[in-house]
Amino acid sequence: MSQTVVGDPALNIVPEPDPRDRSEATGWNPARGLDLHRLARFLLRRPGLVLSIAVVALVVLAAFWPTLFTARDPLLGVPSDRFQGPAAQHWFGTDEIGRDVYARVVHGAALSLKATLIAVAVAFVVGGAIGLVAGFVGGWVEDLLMRLVDVLLAIPALFLSLALVTALGFGTVKVAVAVGIASVAGFARVMRAEVLRVRHATYVEAARSSGARWHSILLRHVLPNAMGPVLVLATLDFGTAILAVSSLSFLGYGAAPPAPEWGTLISTGRNYLANAWWLSTLPGLAVAATVLATNRIARAVDGEWASQR
Amino acid sequence: MRRYVFRRLAQAVAVLWAAYTLSFLVLDFLPGDPVSAMAGGGLDQASVDPAQLESLKREYGFDKPVLVQYADYLGRAVQGDFGNSVATGQPVTSVIGDALPQTLVLTGAALVLAVVFGTGLALAATYTSARALRQLLLSLPSLGVSLPTFWVGLMLVQLFSFRLRLLPAFGNDGIASLILPAVTLAVPTGALLAQVLAKSLFTALDEPYVQTARAKGAGRARVHLRHALRNAALPALTIVGLLVGNLLAGSVVVETVFSRNGIGRATVSAVTVQDIPVVQGVVVFGALVFVCANLVVDLVYPLFDPRIVVASATRRRSLV
Repeated sequence: MSQTVVGDPALNIVPEPDPRDRSEATGWNPARGLDLHRLARFLLRRPGLVLSIAVVALVVLAAFWPTLFTARDPLLGVPSDRFQGPAAQHWFGTDEIGRDVYARVVHGAALSLKATLIAVAVAFVVGGAIGLVAGFVGGWVEDLLMRLVDVLLAIPALFLSLALVTALGFGTVKVAVAVGIASVAGFARVMRAEVLRVRHATYVEAARSSGARWHSILLRHVLPNAMGPVLVLATLDFGTAILAVSSLSFLGYGAAPPAPEWGTLISTGRNYLANAWWLSTLPGLAVAATVLATNRIARAVDGEWASQR
Repeated sequence: MRRYVFRRLAQAVAVLWAAYTLSFLVLDFLPGDPVSAMAGGGLDQASVDPAQLESLKREYGFDKPVLVQYADYLGRAVQGDFGNSVATGQPVTSVIGDALPQTLVLTGAALVLAVVFGTGLALAATYTSARALRQLLLSLPSLGVSLPTFWVGLMLVQLFSFRLRLLPAFGNDGIASLILPAVTLAVPTGALLAQVLAKSLFTALDEPYVQTARAKGAGRARVHLRHALRNAALPALTIVGLLVGNLLAGSVVVETVFSRNGIGRATVSAVTVQDIPVVQGVVVFGALVFVCANLVVDLVYPLFDPRIVVASATRRRSLV
């Protein structure tokens, strides 16, 4: 039971490195292959998880092929249709210049997904690199890098992203990079812990004593075996990144106004809260559903999959 | 014990210094030319007089080498001088100081709500023996951390201010205008606390001393509150720094949603006009709050758990 609480993403707590659980948890051990029967049983017992996967799949589809979901133009308003409530004609209603809110949410998926992917990728690559170097090189380099990580942890993530946004400027990509850098610390910690665990494994000693170069030890032996928990952390980071990116774009540092970013949609709807409830409510529900779904999937990847027998 | 206290203090100071350095690197060093950013980002976007630019550069010391600048800034920061706001000319310390009381009231109220409801939720979820109810209660915290805070705020405003007309939608005078923002801010914080506390309660309930207490005839409620909660509260104490940091960061969004004055709102307007000294001050202030909260926890922890001083460094880190 406690498993479900253990792995919750927003805790941002470094998962305890348990080598066996982890390599199984990711379910990608190529030697064993993916057991379809086990997967089916696993999913059948978790309707919530299936629903979450469906939600994420829809968001990804909407990001790449928005025309699958709507034929309307997200930027083109029909002035005579201003402020229409949700109905068969306009599922999510229309906004102050008669644009279809549903079309804007669907088209906004692309921007939001792009920003989230950039943020997670930056955190993964930069944090992973810091952790890898710290764990592999050791000595004063490790001390220096890990003290840097401590400092990153000491500054509240939103403040750090705000400082970076101030320095870099506004825009979806810059906001995404800022969010990514702000969550580097967790990745660095997990990667370092894993590298330290793997570094003294017998097969690494064997590779070393048989004369392998340091870079081949690093890339062929240490990195692949240390990667699992870091990938798990990346799935956990998705929900956090979506929330952080939408917060920053709500504050007005994201895409410039006509672009339909999710956070921006909610923030413009704010001005019409009293007479057009759907403008903020429905895009917000889209964000909440996406975050809930990614968090649910991350939890499954993190613990439940490995503990299921 | 004295050595323990001293080491914690030294660590806190070191982290603060490093946070200052990092914010200096990010803000004063990264963008090619901070002075034109300042001059251009101010109220008058149009034209920047070159002579004025030069004098600005001299005033802020940007004509000197970076290391000299850094030493200069750090020396002044140690004395509590973080420079002046570019937008208003007010000293950064007084910008933060003026905004602080409002933010303290908001975050304090939210912290109380978060602790009361977070603890209550965790206790109820671990106490009930009805499986369905437990599942429901345990799913609430995951819901709480998944909702965008600003959206929760807007939904509350819509319901309680515009529909029911019970509470004011914005402003910061009186208790009535505090309720909605505090509730909004308490949602993610309380959910986080409930997650951690529920987890450590489950762990504690499996411990041998719980069985011993039961064997001696203690009732369920007594075992739960006197034995399990007491022990489960210790791990929860280690995330106090995280909670306080979250509250402060959350105040940025909540104060914007509810148009309340405070540090968060000051931060947003500073970022919008690229008021670098204020942003830097806020970043260092955030680190200061986090470091102080952790310092207090570190100093209080041994009172509850004397084992901690003996094996301090390694154990504490593994707990966090």
